[in-house]
Amino acid sequence: MSAVTTTAPAVTEAPPAVRRKRRSLSPGRRLPATRLIGPVLLLALWAAASAAGRLDPGAVPAPWTVLETGARLWTEGTLPDDILTSLQRAASGFAIGLVAGVALALAAGLSRVGEALIDGTVNLNRAIPTLGLIPLFILWLGIGETFKIAIIAIVVYIPIYLNTHAALAGIDSRFVELAEVQGLNRFQFIRQIVIPGALPGFFVGLRLGVTGSWLGLVVLEQINATSGLGYLMFQAQNYGQSDVILVGLVVYGVFGLVSDSAVRLIERRVLSWRRTLSS
Amino acid sequence: MATHTEQLTRPAVRLRGLTRSFDRRTVLDGIDLDIPAGQFVALLGHSGSGKSTLLRAIAGLDHQVTGSGQLTAPERISVVFQDSRLLPWRRVLDNVLLGTDGEDKGRAALEEVGLGGREQAWPSELSGGEAQRAALARSLVREPELLLADEPFGALDALTRIKMHALLRELWERHRPSVLLVTHDVDEAIVLADRVLVLEEGRIGLDLAIDRDAGADARGEYRLRLLAALGVTEDLR
Repeated sequence: MSAVTTTAPAVTEAPPAVRRKRRSLSPGRRLPATRLIGPVLLLALWAAASAAGRLDPGAVPAPWTVLETGARLWTEGTLPDDILTSLQRAASGFAIGLVAGVALALAAGLSRVGEALIDGTVNLNRAIPTLGLIPLFILWLGIGETFKIAIIAIVVYIPIYLNTHAALAGIDSRFVELAEVQGLNRFQFIRQIVIPGALPGFFVGLRLGVTGSWLGLVVLEQINATSGLGYLMFQAQNYGQSDVILVGLVVYGVFGLVSDSAVRLIERRVLSWRRTLSS
Repeated sequence: MATHTEQLTRPAVRLRGLTRSFDRRTVLDGIDLDIPAGQFVALLGHSGSGKSTLLRAIAGLDHQVTGSGQLTAPERISVVFQDSRLLPWRRVLDNVLLGTDGEDKGRAALEEVGLGGREQAWPSELSGGEAQRAALARSLVREPELLLADEPFGALDALTRIKMHALLRELWERHRPSVLLVTHDVDEAIVLADRVLVLEEGRIGLDLAIDRDAGADARGEYRLRLLAALGVTEDLR
């Protein structure tokens, strides 16, 4: 008998308690301003390539050239006026599209008659490329501001209508039953159940609409305008001023980014009750 | 169309020859029933026996259902569903006050169901039991003459259910509404109700008064009778 067996009962060593943690499927904690990393990286690449002389300055001018041109256009040129004109067009068209989209979605979502009249019509409208309506609208409304605003309004109202209507139709029927049990009248039902229930969809449509308003603006101002950012860029093309074109693109980009961020911010405030993957 | 519902101020349910059918399949087949004011009634039955149809008829929720018969129900009716049905975009207190006002009453009702201090919580922050308590508070705020409950504890775990039984009975003793509780749980029916009905093929197959002071033997007897009425045979018990 060996010494080992005579000593205290040989305890087989327990396997080390491994605490396996489940792999988290959520994307993890949100870091501040991480959404800017991509664009900043792109800008750095552009600057590096320009500095190294790898880019033809006539085709793609360096970032600092674009900045200089922008500053020059701002102080000496028509850039402030052009931006203001473009902003006014986008804002008017967007406002009309927003109201129309929400009103039509409510009318179609809350009554069978409304649905019969509106839903098919909007989907027909959606099937026709809005920018293809430009020639007809010029004939009807003339070449002034009205037709531009009308086209932007159409580009905006369609995604807002579609997403809001889909969210309305998706409101849980159990909540409708609850509203009946609690004795809500039609107005209370709309205000307390329908609208909050449709808000998530509305915000998706709103973000698409905001981007769409800029998109429509670019096209409109490049074919039929005598002022505005698009006109500035179109003129620059004729004179081969690629730096001016880039100034216009940067302004469009900044506006797009800022308006989208604003909508996201409002969305996060309004929908704070939602605990989703992204929060 | 479902029959006209007469509104009475006196809280009592009165059904005469109530019939409801879906796609020519008769679900309720001429039900006669009186529920006196303040009585706690449990309604048992297999799934598909028409329990929920009867409850929905009394609640006035059967819009597109064909049927006939006479139905009298009180004016103030509250319904508690199997799911808590709290609106996710309203805080707990606002959920309790849905369709009514009086913040103090809402706070008091939450206090009564043991949710004092959770007024500003979002429904997604509540556990299943807490959510169902909030639903109870919402039904209480309206001071119902009749409380209709459609398997309100069906989705809760066993321990929470026991606590909720005590809470519901306590609330009933304090406020004395008439209660119609739909359940498929025989023991729950005996624990809670003064009277148990068994619904079978659209008719009331058994109407059993429960003596709440009875001992364990009598309760065992109730259980056997109810199970027999539900068609549960000896060897399955």
